[in-house]
Amino acid sequence: MKPRILILRAAGINCDVETAYAFERHGAATEAIHVNRLLSDERTLDDFDGLAIPGGFSYGDDVAAGKVLAVELAHHLSDAILALIDRGGIVLGICNGFQVLVKLGILPGVETPIGRQEATLTDNASNRYEDRWVVLESASDRSIFCRKGERLRMPVAHGEGRYVPRDETMHAAIVENDRVAFRYTTAGGGEPSYPDDPNGSFDHVAGLVDRTGRVLGLMPHPERAMFALHEPARGAGFAAPTSLDEDLGDGAVVFRNAVEHLRG
Amino acid sequence: MSFRVEVRLRPDQPDARGRAARAELRDAGLDVAEVRSVRGFALALPGPADDAARAAERIATEVLCDPIVETYHLLADDEPPPTEDGTDHRVDVAKKAGVMDPAADGVVRAVRAAGLPLVAARTYSAWLVRGDVDADSLAAAAARALGNEAIEEISADGDRVVHAVMTPDEPPFERTTVPLPDDDEALAAVSDDGGLSLSPEEMRTIRAHFRELGRDPTDVELETIAQTWSEHCKHKTLAGAVEIDGRRYENMLKETIFAATRELALPWCVSVFVDNAGVVAFDDEYHVTFKVETHNHPSAIEPYGGAGTGIGGVLRDTMGTGLGARPIVSTDVFCFGPPDLPRDRVPAGALHPLRVLKGVVAGVRDYGNRMGIPTANGAVVFDERYTGNPLVHCGSVGLLPADKVEKAARPGDLVVVAGGRTGRDGIHGATFSSRELHSESETLDSGAVQIGNAITEKRVLDAMLQARDRGLYSCVTDCGAGGLSSAVGEMAERCGAEVDLETVPLKYAGLTYPEIWISEAQERMVFSVPPEHEAELLALFASEDVEATVIGRFTDSGRLVLRFRGEEVGDLDLGFLHDGVPKVTRRATVRVPSAAEPALDAPDDLGAALHRVLAHPDVASKEWIVRQYDHEVQAGSVVKPFAGDGERSPTDAAVVKPRLDSYAGVAISNGIAPRTGEIDPYAMGLLAIDEAFRNVIAVGARADRVALLDNFCAGNCERPEILGDVTRVAEACRDAALALKAPFVSGKDSLNNEYRTEHGTAAIPTTILISAIAHVDDVRRAVTSPLKGEESRLVLVGATRAELGGSTWYALHGELGRSVPRVDLDVSRRTFAAMSGLARDGLLRACHDLSDGGLAVAAAEMTFGAAVGASLDLAAVPRADGPEGPDVARDDVLLFSESPTRFLCEVAPEDLARVTKALGDVPHAVVGETIPERRLRVRGLGGDVVIDQAADALHETFRAALDFGSPAEDPSRTTGPEGSR
Repeated sequence: MKPRILILRAAGINCDVETAYAFERHGAATEAIHVNRLLSDERTLDDFDGLAIPGGFSYGDDVAAGKVLAVELAHHLSDAILALIDRGGIVLGICNGFQVLVKLGILPGVETPIGRQEATLTDNASNRYEDRWVVLESASDRSIFCRKGERLRMPVAHGEGRYVPRDETMHAAIVENDRVAFRYTTAGGGEPSYPDDPNGSFDHVAGLVDRTGRVLGLMPHPERAMFALHEPARGAGFAAPTSLDEDLGDGAVVFRNAVEHLRG
Repeated sequence: MSFRVEVRLRPDQPDARGRAARAELRDAGLDVAEVRSVRGFALALPGPADDAARAAERIATEVLCDPIVETYHLLADDEPPPTEDGTDHRVDVAKKAGVMDPAADGVVRAVRAAGLPLVAARTYSAWLVRGDVDADSLAAAAARALGNEAIEEISADGDRVVHAVMTPDEPPFERTTVPLPDDDEALAAVSDDGGLSLSPEEMRTIRAHFRELGRDPTDVELETIAQTWSEHCKHKTLAGAVEIDGRRYENMLKETIFAATRELALPWCVSVFVDNAGVVAFDDEYHVTFKVETHNHPSAIEPYGGAGTGIGGVLRDTMGTGLGARPIVSTDVFCFGPPDLPRDRVPAGALHPLRVLKGVVAGVRDYGNRMGIPTANGAVVFDERYTGNPLVHCGSVGLLPADKVEKAARPGDLVVVAGGRTGRDGIHGATFSSRELHSESETLDSGAVQIGNAITEKRVLDAMLQARDRGLYSCVTDCGAGGLSSAVGEMAERCGAEVDLETVPLKYAGLTYPEIWISEAQERMVFSVPPEHEAELLALFASEDVEATVIGRFTDSGRLVLRFRGEEVGDLDLGFLHDGVPKVTRRATVRVPSAAEPALDAPDDLGAALHRVLAHPDVASKEWIVRQYDHEVQAGSVVKPFAGDGERSPTDAAVVKPRLDSYAGVAISNGIAPRTGEIDPYAMGLLAIDEAFRNVIAVGARADRVALLDNFCAGNCERPEILGDVTRVAEACRDAALALKAPFVSGKDSLNNEYRTEHGTAAIPTTILISAIAHVDDVRRAVTSPLKGEESRLVLVGATRAELGGSTWYALHGELGRSVPRVDLDVSRRTFAAMSGLARDGLLRACHDLSDGGLAVAAAEMTFGAAVGASLDLAAVPRADGPEGPDVARDDVLLFSESPTRFLCEVAPEDLARVTKALGDVPHAVVGETIPERRLRVRGLGGDVVIDQAADALHETFRAALDFGSPAEDPSRTTGPEGSR
């Protein structure tokens, strides 16, 4: 039985097709469903083992990135999402999807009950949208998406990705509770400055997990690094993949691990 | 009840927006100590005051304010904003009434989702300024730096308050006819007064037509004819008769560019010059479409809105090709005045080139990124003559199922308009773009400026592709220039249509029926829907929050009938509308180059010279621009704008694989060389084609599957020398297309690119942009520019001549010259075929074409993203004598000449023999090798090392020259909750 992943669609979400493909190539079945359908029947989510909120600009991101969709989900779908998590499902929020999960209070979700915003993702220190490749270091023991210490290359593409916790105490709790999934780092694993840390995030946080390790949000785009061919720094040692199946970029691991976890 | 919510960052939060605003004010000549940003929301709420106030409070906390980093003030009605310690002034920027406010839509959506009541919303910004300045100079600087008076009200320390609800008055309906006087001068005045841009001869033709009918035209009929006959829609000048040098063309474009395509008759050309984009075959299931448009005049007046709607428009061209293609990649090419132009050289009424550049880039960024279409390729060129009239080319590639090419509206089908609502925005865009700009355009024509809403268009795209695949409509086209009048008129061309104008959904009351018909409000598509699919189509669109409305019906009458509230207001014969425009013969003359060849001394320090060339804006890195575009969404990008370590080497063309499950791809590139046109427009045409071709060949595309697009931009073609330039370029296009077997599949022209001031009229240099799309059999064989390996050989392909006319090197010396690079089409055909074979056989580790700045720049760029360096020996460079230039046997000439059809290739030593054999009699030589040090080292003809530069130093020069606003102040500092750490 293939794990079933619901790919959330909404006006302005624009990474749904490639995110679905990234899950499917590792053995998941996906269905792209418009938020209007979920809002009219919240039991829709009951049929799925996972929820992906892809990147994009939901509703234009004009109030603040991810805010409008977060308000919609908070009022109509929070319970269904929490139930999915409780029954062992996975949730992946990429870029705009991460912004939604943080503004919903689901990530990092240190306090109970879940639902009060503990951190935010706001304007880049550069005050600019930027698309560039970065190096991430996996920082969490509990994340089922990536082994701690692994270093991955993938692109960011956002204008509002600067992580800011509510305060220092909150951030200490986030670190203490092993909720930092990814940090920006350098190729050699050193302390990053701009542009290695592309947005000026506090403690260089690039992604968060929840208490279960099955809910991940991150600003970078693993689906844009799912093929080895995506890598812009293909050098002398680059071996062209012989088939699509073997064409695995660093980002593929996030989807593969999610599907394998659900398969058990 | 109306309220305002003003959201600002907590005092301990760094305010990147405020810092950027302060920098913009400084650029506008005003130094202030600090600027803090405020996001303002005007809300209109129903119900009793107390309930409304409670609701407003909840909207502020739950929707508008980020609790982690922001605080807010809730202000009732006209309550003034609180004064703050340390703030001396306040600047308010609010959109004028009737200007699109996309952010307000999001507010309304979120508030309703939160279960709160809201009638309407409006957004604005405010800036809190600390500094010893007076309000008047602050207002003046703010008007230049923080907003645009074409669309916004900008005030300093004013007391006006933004309100959410604005209802224009409803004008009484009156059917209006326009008498066409017998007197020709009075007749011409009818066109001028109405802003119709119809020529005296066209007005006489229209008068004769209505005399025959025995009546006067209605206002909406005259408007419809003006839109349909506009240069923008009809291209009547270039498709007209031209006499040049004793030759005569009855239809210039048809007999040059179209004729070449027809003569080539290539089987992979699916649809050329008929639909909204050209269509070429891709694989068994799909075709690709390509179109490039200009949006010059709107971008001159309001760069952000103009460029955004330029992108939005060309994406709708893709969506309106066949039964609807899905946009997969965008390309943009801009021509601006120099970014460092002294303010006193900016013509009155024009925006500074840097303002234009920043606005255009932001417009493309915000529209393209939101739509989820990668902007993966582009170019920018600078010339002072573009200052008053910049050029903004927006291109879109689409993917179209092979069985969705044919379309036709059938009598009985319903006319359905879907997407954005119709407002007073963009009235007279088509005729406006066909006129010259002048110093008052900003105020007189601001109605022609549009602000886009990308999310509305994204919704339409998502919904229509589902409708397409379910077969719910028989034809589609976009609402572009001329609005509904052009879209419906076009679809009805071979049948007929009747439209009830009062059924068109409006943004606000108060539009007259001609305004409804010709409004160029954005994000609208027109569908012809068989009645049996009406319900399903409307339900599908509704489920995606897309408004779709039946506004009429296609008929078999051959007439276009317009009604308003039941009364007939227009009845036009479609034959006259589409074929009645009178034919004019224009005279053209061939340009004689005026500049002489300069005699420059060889520079003492060629390393320093290379730094200067790398810092020239045409050559310098466009990274500041490119990174603001999402070039990777859809996960198809294989060759991105930059490659190599740190993404530092610029690449030649975008390579995209449109299908996630296949390795077949397309390469997209551009060629443009405006300076050379002043010497010889024919040579410029060939050079632009050669450059576009080189770029796709350099990344590994097939030479026998290259399709081309032309985009002509020129001044007023009533002037014979300008029409002569354009005609010579078209002849170059014809000759090159035939020689290279590369058909033109679509094109566009934008004439009257002039700027009028009290000192006279300045025309842009006649500019041809050539865009290429080429097939890549297997993207795994795509080649990038950075050097890859140690001990590689560097092979220079193509002969170098002393061709510096119009070059960057001459431009740096303020010279034009006349030794323009000459393309030998026979040599280029053989070179491109051979190079394409090398890539196919995997023999190129890296490849880069030689372009602006010549061999020196190409070699430098290949080292930027490499782990190795390069060593070159100029004595080995294959060279040939040119007819006009200085002696080629000089180091500076060999380094900076811009001779066409050249590539620098990195080849593994073991492959060298195969490469040499494959190149055969194509001029080539081993000119150097890679070296372990990350340096560029060049040995001159005299045997001495004449350049020895660190790759990183060269790259820094290249990168920094066009870096407009590095991340504010100290970007590397990590900012925390207390702004510390």
